Amino acid sequence: MKSVIEILTEIRPEFDFTASSDFIADGMLDSFDMVTLVSALDKNWGVSIPGTDIVPENFQNVQTIEALLRKSGTKP
Amino acid sequence: MNFTFRRKRISGVLVVVPANERSFVTDMKNFNFPQSRSLKLKEVMGFDKRRVVGPGVCVSDLAVFGLEHLLERGWLKRDEIDALIVITQTPDYIIPGTSCIVHGRLGLKRDMLSLSISQACTGFLIGLIQAFALLEQESIKKVVLVNSDVLSRKVSPQDRNIYPLIGDACSITVLERDTEDSVIHANVRVDGSRASALIIPAGGMRQPHTPKTAKLENVGDGNLRAKDHLFMDGAAIFNFVQTEMPPLIESLFAHAGTSMDSVDYFLCHQPNRFMLEKLADKVKIPRAKMPNNMVGHFGNNSGATIPTVMSFNLGERLLREKLHVCLAGFGAGLTWAAMLLNLGKFNFNTIIEYK
Repeated sequence: MKSVIEILTEIRPEFDFTASSDFIADGMLDSFDMVTLVSALDKNWGVSIPGTDIVPENFQNVQTIEALLRKSGTKP
Repeated sequence: MNFTFRRKRISGVLVVVPANERSFVTDMKNFNFPQSRSLKLKEVMGFDKRRVVGPGVCVSDLAVFGLEHLLERGWLKRDEIDALIVITQTPDYIIPGTSCIVHGRLGLKRDMLSLSISQACTGFLIGLIQAFALLEQESIKKVVLVNSDVLSRKVSPQDRNIYPLIGDACSITVLERDTEDSVIHANVRVDGSRASALIIPAGGMRQPHTPKTAKLENVGDGNLRAKDHLFMDGAAIFNFVQTEMPPLIESLFAHAGTSMDSVDYFLCHQPNRFMLEKLADKVKIPRAKMPNNMVGHFGNNSGATIPTVMSFNLGERLLREKLHVCLAGFGAGLTWAAMLLNLGKFNFNTIIEYK
């Protein structure tokens, strides 16, 4: 199973996601990247992140993404 | 708002799609994005092929082509059309309404009703409600509902937000009274305060078309778009659908006094595969019951998507059997609606190509 950082890096390999605390404000993820990310997270953890949770504040950093995964019923 | 109709039915569906097919892989070269990112988007959203009209082709061209196809085969007779409803947001002209253009080109009778309605992705549901209401009149025995847009002519090829998903089409749905004691339930909602989420800013009376409104502007995220082009706030629309559709569908089933298990299929408007998969999960129905493959075959063709699903996925079945379905549409306005009804056994249910 891949880590959140590994999945983020596959989507945007040009960025160092360990060096940012706000991926959205730093321009590292746009709305299409969020969709691609949710699809990858769903497959990796076998969950379905609710569509209503696909909002920028849930994708600011690794901690908020892991919190979203926990809310969706898995342990990242 | 709830609606209930009795003894009404759809008796046939014909969908006209342009023969001209475009592919996402070819078009993505126009976008200011790395191709690897575009290909990931293609995989998640289900983008692939789509049908678009050639230069100068209008809604009435597709509608007349389809209606002549029905008339030539005897699936519809000129004199039995008591009402013609044309629903489009890309009319041939500002004045007159496109239904009058279609009426004139086909030489239909004068003693009938012609309606032109401005609706887009919820337009099939709005049209059905209008048609079923008209069939309450003794003088109206058969209604022809046309849903068509040529939105490919109003999107920027350099706007990745919307260009890869837009298709053109025209659906023709024939409605009449049902000899069986059938019941149709519907629920419709609107929120005009969110109208700017899906809009063509210029070209109407508020901001008339000028050379300036035709000029491409950098609108961020590498996209170029003019004021004359269709704008969609994709994130806002996604959130709108995920937030508003589930309670509307629940409300519809409560109004009908039935459960979702009774439904064979949920036939929804088709913006992209990802949005529909998330909607199915939210409503807690199997994804297989909510087909989501239209955008990859034809593109999102506005008000014609639901009839296209009927014909493409259930074409033969709806000729020979009856299915209990929930239809759901959502889009510009913002408007959203759902309807619970029996479909089949249709007199015709097919897709033809406009060349």
